Amino acid sequence: MASWQPDPSFYPSPRMAAKAPGETLAYVAAFDPDRKKPDAIAVVDVDPNSSSYSEIVGQVKMPNAGDELHHFGWNACSSCLCPNAPHPHMERRYLIVPGLRSSRLHIIDTKPDPRKPKIVKVIEPEEIAEKAGYSRLHTTHCGPEGIYVNALGNADGKAPGGIFLLEPESFNVLGQWEMDRGPQTLAYDFWWHLGHDTMVTSEWGTPDTFENGLVPEVLLGGKYGHRLHFWDLHKRKHLQEIDLGEEHQLVFELRPAHDPTKAYGFVGCVISLKDLSSSIWTWYRDGDRWAVKKVIEIPAEPADEDDLPPLLKGFKAVPPLVTDIDLSMDDKYLYVSCWGTGDMQQYDVSDPMKPKLTGKVRIGGIVSQASHPKARNGALNGGPQMVEISRDGKRVYFTNSLYGAIDPQFYPNGIDGWMVKLDTGENGGIAFDENFFIDWPKGHRPHQVRLEGGDCSSDSYCYP
Amino acid sequence: MNDLSPWLLLAGLGAFHGINPAMGWLFAVALGMHGESRRIVWLSLVPIAIGHALSIAVVVAAVLTLGLIIDQRLLEMACGAVLLGWAAYYAVYGHRHRVRVGMQTGFAGLGIWSFLMATSHGAGLMLLPAVLSLCLAAAPGGELTAARSIPVSLAAIGVHMGAMLVVTAAIAVIVYDWLGLSFLRRGWINLDYLWIVALTVTGFILIL
Repeated sequence: MASWQPDPSFYPSPRMAAKAPGETLAYVAAFDPDRKKPDAIAVVDVDPNSSSYSEIVGQVKMPNAGDELHHFGWNACSSCLCPNAPHPHMERRYLIVPGLRSSRLHIIDTKPDPRKPKIVKVIEPEEIAEKAGYSRLHTTHCGPEGIYVNALGNADGKAPGGIFLLEPESFNVLGQWEMDRGPQTLAYDFWWHLGHDTMVTSEWGTPDTFENGLVPEVLLGGKYGHRLHFWDLHKRKHLQEIDLGEEHQLVFELRPAHDPTKAYGFVGCVISLKDLSSSIWTWYRDGDRWAVKKVIEIPAEPADEDDLPPLLKGFKAVPPLVTDIDLSMDDKYLYVSCWGTGDMQQYDVSDPMKPKLTGKVRIGGIVSQASHPKARNGALNGGPQMVEISRDGKRVYFTNSLYGAIDPQFYPNGIDGWMVKLDTGENGGIAFDENFFIDWPKGHRPHQVRLEGGDCSSDSYCYP
Repeated sequence: MNDLSPWLLLAGLGAFHGINPAMGWLFAVALGMHGESRRIVWLSLVPIAIGHALSIAVVVAAVLTLGLIIDQRLLEMACGAVLLGWAAYYAVYGHRHRVRVGMQTGFAGLGIWSFLMATSHGAGLMLLPAVLSLCLAAAPGGELTAARSIPVSLAAIGVHMGAMLVVTAAIAVIVYDWLGLSFLRRGWINLDYLWIVALTVTGFILIL
């Protein structure tokens, strides 16, 4: 229901959002890799003054098993203040929680008690397939035309994947977003430049090439996604495709600059077939076209065959596997998760074409199995994965699982879930908060983190 | 024409439309911020005003044309019913629609945006009691005629637009130059509620 004043968590600009009060709660997607018991959204206490700091203080279970909760988002955010499509009196209240495997969409109410969220609506996959023609729901964003949800497969679980719209109050499925998809077939992430009326989408693969794990033939054949797509956000029309090259496999997380006047952003590529390196690319405006440039290359690290999973033995190296990146609200720092080696890296990207490494911690990792001061078991598995930054940029949270079917390909001994927090330095630098380590309850693995009131990948802005 | 109240009402509604961020000043400010130019703020107000005026002119022209054919009382009833229907529709669905104009729009797009916003908000409908009473007052024997109605209604639209433009421009410049946007966080009260009330009251005025 609409209110008299805008939601206090809406900010006109990223500059103002960076001054928001610190978060006290985090919502974390947790899934059962065996698909036997229901997944959940866990509520984590992140208030350092609380007696239950660094503990799971609540959770809401999904009604079914096997959803594979993955990414999720809010029903409304700061984009509601945009001048061309204002809806300022919405409430940031509901979490939009898709099941990546089940294609089921859950609407979760975080009021009246934010520690006891409740499911208020479940949209079954059949309805989404019928009304929008999509399945394998992945990422959601609140935006100018309501809630945007993307999907990795069509109604039959094949290409093309794409985006559909959800009405942000009734949560009715409105239908496919694209009016002209051009050459785009694969999907992974999407986000936009509100100031430049541009949508950007990236590529993974069709569900049959990842739902049972990565397929080595597809990967080595360069058949996973390696392109970026640029769209007219309002005409919903494909404008331009940029190919990073076949050797750059799995083009994942998109992080456009938060400042709407800036026309650049960052995308991570998981693996290069040439040397197993990961890379970060900057897309930018070049005249009246978009262009990309590789700005960071993170090399694979030589490793003993005995320490490597079967998939990697022949390569005698552990790939960094950059599977998530996140950009601070002031567009200054880019955080890069290296799920393979166990690094969380921080780059100063004030000059988006010349990132400078300013901080690094290591935890978990295929070979390193690095520990944490508060971890009881010395050898941690999994590695830095879904990363989220507080709006003020002072705190960084991340978890360690990638995807149920892929986790054992790289961590064959299984992944014991954990969630950690970093404190950031005034002028760069990152360090573990030694008091924050969640040994995730067995049976679930944690994935995406969303912070109360918004974070650095939940909101978009129309004013600089 | 001794009665000034319809003119004051038109000007007052102009101010009411002008203060609403959804009617244009906020868009002008945003475009100025993107272009880092006060000139863009001022220039943006032109298509915003033209779009708003056109939207109102279309509604007024349609109603007056109908008024030449049907009985005055019937016309008021019909307009009142449309207003009430609009208020109800607006209360339920009004704030969600396809977004066609983005931040990169040119002045033509801005004019279209303003036209669509004013039309969907029922801005023209809200002026009908004032415009109709002026046209009827100007008509010999209380019968609407095109010859008398056209200049009066153009003047009515002019007064409304003048008031709207003054208020819009004043707010846009104050916000752009001094105030900044942070006040929106608490100060952007839900004008949609007031808007629905205004549409409903106007509807009843016409019917009763």
